Amino acid sequence: MTNLKQVFDQQKVFMPFIVADDPDVETTVKSIVTLAENGADVVELGLPFSDPVADGPVIQAADLRAFKAGVKTATVFEIVEQARAQTAVPIVLLTYVNLVYKYGYDAFCQRCQQLDISGLVIPDLPLEENAALKAIATSYDVALVPLIAPTSGQRIAKIAAQATGFIYVVSAMGVTGQREQFSKQLAATVAQIRAVTTVPVAIGFGIHSPQQAHELGQLADGIIIGSAIVKLMAAQPADLQVQLADYAQSIKQALG
Amino acid sequence: MSEKLKTASTPDDRYYGQFGGQFIPETLMTELQAVAQAYHRYRQDPDFLHDLHTLLRDYANRPSLLYYAERMTKDLGGAKIYLKREDLNHTGAHKINNVIGQALIAKRMGKTRLIAETGAGQHGVATATIAALFGMDCEIYMGKLDTDRQRLNVYRMELLGAKVHPVTTGSMVLKDAVNAALQAWTQRVDDTFYVMGSAVGPYPFPQMVHDFQSVISRESKAQLQAVEHRLPDMVVACVGGGSNAIGSFAQYIDDSSVQLIGCEAAGKGANTGQTAATIEKGTPGIFHGMKSLFLQNDDGQIDQVYSISAGLDYPGVGPEHAQLAALKRATYVGITDEEAVQAFEYIAKTEGIVAAIESCHALAYVMKVAPTMRPDQTIICTLSGRGDKDVAAIARYRGNDLHD
Repeated sequence: MTNLKQVFDQQKVFMPFIVADDPDVETTVKSIVTLAENGADVVELGLPFSDPVADGPVIQAADLRAFKAGVKTATVFEIVEQARAQTAVPIVLLTYVNLVYKYGYDAFCQRCQQLDISGLVIPDLPLEENAALKAIATSYDVALVPLIAPTSGQRIAKIAAQATGFIYVVSAMGVTGQREQFSKQLAATVAQIRAVTTVPVAIGFGIHSPQQAHELGQLADGIIIGSAIVKLMAAQPADLQVQLADYAQSIKQALG
Repeated sequence: MSEKLKTASTPDDRYYGQFGGQFIPETLMTELQAVAQAYHRYRQDPDFLHDLHTLLRDYANRPSLLYYAERMTKDLGGAKIYLKREDLNHTGAHKINNVIGQALIAKRMGKTRLIAETGAGQHGVATATIAALFGMDCEIYMGKLDTDRQRLNVYRMELLGAKVHPVTTGSMVLKDAVNAALQAWTQRVDDTFYVMGSAVGPYPFPQMVHDFQSVISRESKAQLQAVEHRLPDMVVACVGGGSNAIGSFAQYIDDSSVQLIGCEAAGKGANTGQTAATIEKGTPGIFHGMKSLFLQNDDGQIDQVYSISAGLDYPGVGPEHAQLAALKRATYVGITDEEAVQAFEYIAKTEGIVAAIESCHALAYVMKVAPTMRPDQTIICTLSGRGDKDVAAIARYRGNDLHD
């Protein structure tokens, strides 16, 4: 199993996010490989849920494209399996708890281990409810990545102290999507996390430009870019892979 | 307030058996815990209870009547039928009971803005009403399909000063309205209180709704005692998320002789796929902040559900109902659109009452079960709301193209 901490120790991590099966399996597999070959240090892959309450319109639209393609939980594992033939890039899955619950916590985590999936990000599974899944994920060496929000306040230390893999710091209130403004307390939040753990910190929600990647990269150990890349996928240009490669390179360069 | 209020001194209290919990994004957790703390502080606060009781009495028109439906009883020829008339409350449904309680909490938390989801529009109207009374801002999220089905209620909310957001995601009904309201809350928690309309969602919402709606059964128990000097044999209520049902059941849960019946919307039939019969057809899952029963596929994708009733077409059910079903303490039955419409027409002609199509799901069951019971037995059926809002839709269902 790929150790996420080692990946973060070696560089400022660029973690792009794409939705599985958007618009089809072949494109997703190709895109994972392209991103990995052009600067992505970890790829975050979304398993669409019918009711994604933490996601904004761009990712919701991608989810709909995936559903149109007939995406199933099994599809995301099939995509990772195909990608694994071409790349060893660390992969984390983002999905909602009901899909993992229905698959079975044990079966889901076991499948993750088999496919060298390093971690799970589950926005609707807060600290108070994560014990059952966390115990099982840990036994399969899969990290359950916690989220910390601008509103987390006194919860930060408690969440950070129990974190594995990395900590996903939500940069702004609301749902996913591009932004020009970020929470002013970001630096303070990161400092509070650093005070209790050495688990790496990645910032996500709303980052789209190389300039933002550079600035937020100074604050943390890595950055996550979702909607900006998903938007690129949505346009479905003929030279999508070239555009993805260019974009990934520009972000990676800016991160330094 | 109920003398049997649950305390949340330990984390286990977030659950009803295996159901319940707080499965909600981290962005909302601090606020949700603040709401829980405020609730547990004020629910025993004499000033709070005084304000609550005063508003329920002087503004909402409580206690609501327990009406002996004599013509219906004679016509059906069996158990004595009593109707708990929540339709006579101010704003025309049980929703006001809960909204007054939650809005009083919001006010004490210093909030100046209420947001809510609504299905049929009754909860939205109740929330807009109290927001007007308290001088608070109000925004209501309502599925686009429901804004079309319930145009009159949309206008009522606007008249009361609320902004109504038609929700165009998903199947554009109640489930999607909850998603949108949750998202809106995620974006703005500082001055905003989310008034949850049903006994669903993350803790403490199911508990708050249970407590504030329990006034229904506290009253009905005393009212029936006064005339019949005994407990009812059966209590019947409709179940979408389950707020009027949990309020109707609450004071009888420990009285094992009282049968509790929840009537779900079977739509075109529980086996047709066009249904909202969650307890009958659903499986355990985690959605909208709670572990409960949901209509969903094998992967856990939530189904798009159907019912003629905009207030009942929800793919989940409150966690306490899931637990009451698991314990077999309450029984849940499916009622089809056609059965509900027949009950709508029957009670209008028999008792001169135009009842909400939601409530008519409960009435339809009473029409089936009363003739099988003895004349010395009694049924309390909750009429959760009035049916003015449904007249045009039922006319259309019967082929009359009425425009409201």
